[in-house]
Amino acid sequence: MGAVVDTLRLTAEDAKGLLERGELSGAELLGAYREAIDARDGELHCFVRTLDEPEGEGVPIALKDVISTKGVETTAGSRILAGYVPPFDSTVAARVKAAGLPLLGKTNTDEFAMGSSTENSAYGPSRNPWDPERVPGGSGGGSSAAVTAGMAPWALGSDTGGSIKQPSALCGNVGLRPTYGTVSRYGVVAFASSLDQVGPVAKSVRDVALLYSILAGRDPCDSTTVELPQPVRLPEDDSLAGMRIGVPTELNDAEGIEPGVKDAVEKAIALAEGLGAEVGECSLPRAVRYGMPCYYLIAPAEASSNLARYDGVRYGPRVDGASYQELVGRTRDKGFGDETKRRIMLGTYALSAGYYDAFYGQAQRVRTLLIEEHRQAFECFDVLACATSPTVAFRIGERAADPLSMYLSDVLTIPSCLAGLPGLSIPCGLSEGLPVGLQLIGPQFGENALFRVGHALEQAIGFDTVPTRWRA
Amino acid sequence: MAISREEVLHVAKLARFELAEGELEKLTADLGKILEAIGVVSELDLADVAPTSHPLDLVDVSAEDEPHACLPLDAVFANAPAEEAHQFRVPAWEQ
Repeated sequence: MGAVVDTLRLTAEDAKGLLERGELSGAELLGAYREAIDARDGELHCFVRTLDEPEGEGVPIALKDVISTKGVETTAGSRILAGYVPPFDSTVAARVKAAGLPLLGKTNTDEFAMGSSTENSAYGPSRNPWDPERVPGGSGGGSSAAVTAGMAPWALGSDTGGSIKQPSALCGNVGLRPTYGTVSRYGVVAFASSLDQVGPVAKSVRDVALLYSILAGRDPCDSTTVELPQPVRLPEDDSLAGMRIGVPTELNDAEGIEPGVKDAVEKAIALAEGLGAEVGECSLPRAVRYGMPCYYLIAPAEASSNLARYDGVRYGPRVDGASYQELVGRTRDKGFGDETKRRIMLGTYALSAGYYDAFYGQAQRVRTLLIEEHRQAFECFDVLACATSPTVAFRIGERAADPLSMYLSDVLTIPSCLAGLPGLSIPCGLSEGLPVGLQLIGPQFGENALFRVGHALEQAIGFDTVPTRWRA
Repeated sequence: MAISREEVLHVAKLARFELAEGELEKLTADLGKILEAIGVVSELDLADVAPTSHPLDLVDVSAEDEPHACLPLDAVFANAPAEEAHQFRVPAWEQ
């Protein structure tokens, strides 16, 4: 049997409709995605492993490989977890399973979700479906590229400083980083616990909202989770009457934003005004200058503590030594890649005696300022808008040798992550033939406003999510 | 803001890395550049600002002290590189 549906165009919502009306069986739908994986993953390398016989009759899903799946190897893109098979499901994996979504496979990620390109994966980089010579973004490049390439209708990523939003921008799809605390981190390989959030990636805002409604809500296994103050509303409205959209000057005029990106973002904001939104300038004075530095103190500090558990004693490959200390040192030296080591070293330094106050303590205070300036902006606006990534997808290898230039990939996504706020990236046009992402930032628990603005703009922009090289 | 070779060696010990040949020089150079860029946080006077460790206002909650089923020991040890009678086996600590 040939492909019965065009997975490049089919949304998860459409797929759900086909199943509900009995026009397609679960097995046929699954078969279509598996054919797409067979046809395209050799080139794009989005999956680190696929499942032979997944269970469930619903719309299939792919999970980033930092999400623990019972009985299915979970490596977080690292050699130090090679062969690790979790004895339990993460809460998010359990929730998608309970919703009947069959697991297509686990997707590639920068090691421990540290990176903006997937080039830090111990299992090789993923490639951008629009141009395989370019990165899909990261760390969740595998999930994002798989969705754009029609190898999964939707997927889960995890976002610490931009790892859902930035790959969605670079691959031309929709990604949500939810409000901190709305989605359980139980069983998700920890990077920086005060920042990590799991969230959905899909081809439409409504798909993202639907998947978010499956994930969100308090989990007794994660004491930092809360119930949503209001239920998820699937957006329907094409009008933005009554919505106030703020345009933060510093984030829109930041150094390094490509002209084509700036242009596409400005056009999208003008469209919002045409749909009835009230648009005005606002200010996040410290977000650009201090956001990235603050993040690269807090996130590595938390990572250095979280990653202390990888010692070759309880799981993962071990490099033997004559003593316990030698075994641990050798295992960690061989098991971690360069970027993970840099961040562990940076975080250990920032937390060490004599430097704690000057680095980690100071960064925690900067974080307070960033929360406060976002709070002030939301006194006048419902949603803030700027580019997700300052550039379109860059070439594989272009930033790999220079950690700082890689870190700047997330200069626009980081500030709101530090403030614990939700962010949605939607495609808003092409620059040099590559997708540009519009980032919509909401107040705490403001997902419904993001869905409403995102959906209305999505209809008005009419972006074609199918990469140009595959259009018939 | 440079970091010295000795400091990198000290931090590697704290982070439990046995750095391979050549890694020390590269890490010293990389960390120096990164610290210079992120050191800008020190230009702000924040003596009166409270630190944030977590973005949500949460209070502790208590749960009933009820026993729950644990993972079976065989499942817990299935990933162990070296196991003996449900214990993780490692070489002796070097005094």
